[in-house]
Amino acid sequence: MTAALNFRNLTLGYDRHPAVHHLDGAVETGALVAVVGPNGAGKSTLFKGIVGVIKPFAGRIERADLKPQDIGYLPQAAEIDRSFPINVFDMVAMGLWRRAGAFGGIDRKARGAIEQALAAVGLTGFEGRAIATLSGGQMQRMLFARLLLQDARVIVLDEPFNAVDAKTSADLFDLVRRWHGERRTVLTAMHDIDFVRAHFPETLLLARAPVAWGRTPAVLTPENLLTARRMCEAFDEQAAECVEEVGATPGRVH
Amino acid sequence: MLYSTLVAPFAEFEFMRRALAGALALALGAGPIGVFLMLRRMSLVGDAMAHAILPGAAVGFLLSGLNLYAMTAGGLIAGFVVALLTGLVARTTELKEDAALATFYLLSLALGVTIVSVKGSNIDLLHVLFGNVLALDDQTLVLIAGNATVTLIVLALIYRPLVIECVDPGFMRSVSRAGGPAHLAFLVLVVVNLVSGFHALGTLLAVGVMMLPAAIGRFWARDVTLMIAIATASGALAGYAGLLASFHTGVASGPAIILVAGSLSVVSLLFGRVGGLLRQAFPGRHLEA
Repeated sequence: MTAALNFRNLTLGYDRHPAVHHLDGAVETGALVAVVGPNGAGKSTLFKGIVGVIKPFAGRIERADLKPQDIGYLPQAAEIDRSFPINVFDMVAMGLWRRAGAFGGIDRKARGAIEQALAAVGLTGFEGRAIATLSGGQMQRMLFARLLLQDARVIVLDEPFNAVDAKTSADLFDLVRRWHGERRTVLTAMHDIDFVRAHFPETLLLARAPVAWGRTPAVLTPENLLTARRMCEAFDEQAAECVEEVGATPGRVH
Repeated sequence: MLYSTLVAPFAEFEFMRRALAGALALALGAGPIGVFLMLRRMSLVGDAMAHAILPGAAVGFLLSGLNLYAMTAGGLIAGFVVALLTGLVARTTELKEDAALATFYLLSLALGVTIVSVKGSNIDLLHVLFGNVLALDDQTLVLIAGNATVTLIVLALIYRPLVIECVDPGFMRSVSRAGGPAHLAFLVLVVVNLVSGFHALGTLLAVGVMMLPAAIGRFWARDVTLMIAIATASGALAGYAGLLASFHTGVASGPAIILVAGSLSVVSLLFGRVGGLLRQAFPGRHLEA
């Protein structure tokens, strides 16, 4: 087994306050990992770090031979301008960026791939619809279709099933399973503990500091969940500087 | 009769033909630029930029009189500096783009006015403010046409990243680094078009030929490509009709062009197929599904 992602004493955060504190561990290639934790636990922050939107305060993320385009990312609140006059087909076609780039054409084969992706998420017939007319669930389906086309080796989904109905989340989770079957590495932030127990082999329980990481039944124990819940949510404005006692760069302060 | 009203002024007078060529070239470049400004909710950025350009042009004028190249260079430099600083500050600090732009265009404007007042020369800035589309010489015409050409070529090059950056900047960041440069190139195009606009219409009206057609497009199209086509066409129509109106009634040509564009946008606002007022008031019976 090779690791797709390696976290080495990783600390991420905002304005010097850590939101993910001293995380160590590896995500194996082909793993399907649920990232669980209360609001403010650092799940989104970790994902932003993986994608490279924010830089670590300390430690690092080793991405092996992954290029930035190899990581597909579905943020929790996509910054999509829904009033922009663009249709579903063009929006999904963006997923072909790696192949087409800024100038490449969308040929018949690419059109076929786009149609297939739309069919896979149940949006056949929506090609010409303006994105402004989509419901929340349809929007999420469209974004999954785009992810399908991105053909990414690592897929990071930040609470993808929030605010969508049971049918939509079941349909979309089928795609996650399909990715898992194709040996893609999938990390998914989740709130539904029962769903995680039923479907995710591996779980990282995060409460700013990692509480537990491993096989799901061993991680989601009542004690661990209670520990995670007790962590305080607000930044302590008076927090003292954290001096690392371990790691390669002792004494670095954040 | 129709001929003498609609065609004869251009057939008979060379200055009208030049004015028409200038107005059409202007519409060609400003149309798509205006649409993207509007879609990015930067409609007033053009206005602020026009103010940022003014002092540069004034300094050019001070240094070498009513010299096309000096004024153009001055305007471009002032505009680029303000655009680049704005982009830089918005991307690296907490200040949002609008606040950053306000900061720098006001600075630029104040600086320009200060330079002019210190020099103490009583220069006639009317040309800069209101332009003169009826007195376009060869140089200016070539400059306007050149700007339009550059604009269309650059837009074609950055079109895809620019659209994606507008709709979903987060996605753009995750697949490519082209979003930032595309946005910057776009800001440069805004400046280029405002500078070419001020020779014909003056800095203030140059914004009109950019933003009014874009607003017209919004009311008739659901698709960005069609929106750009409609904006460009209505800009060209406003140029043609405005020149005619000015010729027949004797009103100033620059404002006449903008007034025609303005009337077209009011008509679109009322009767537009996409979200026009009339359509909203009387949507018709609802459909079965």
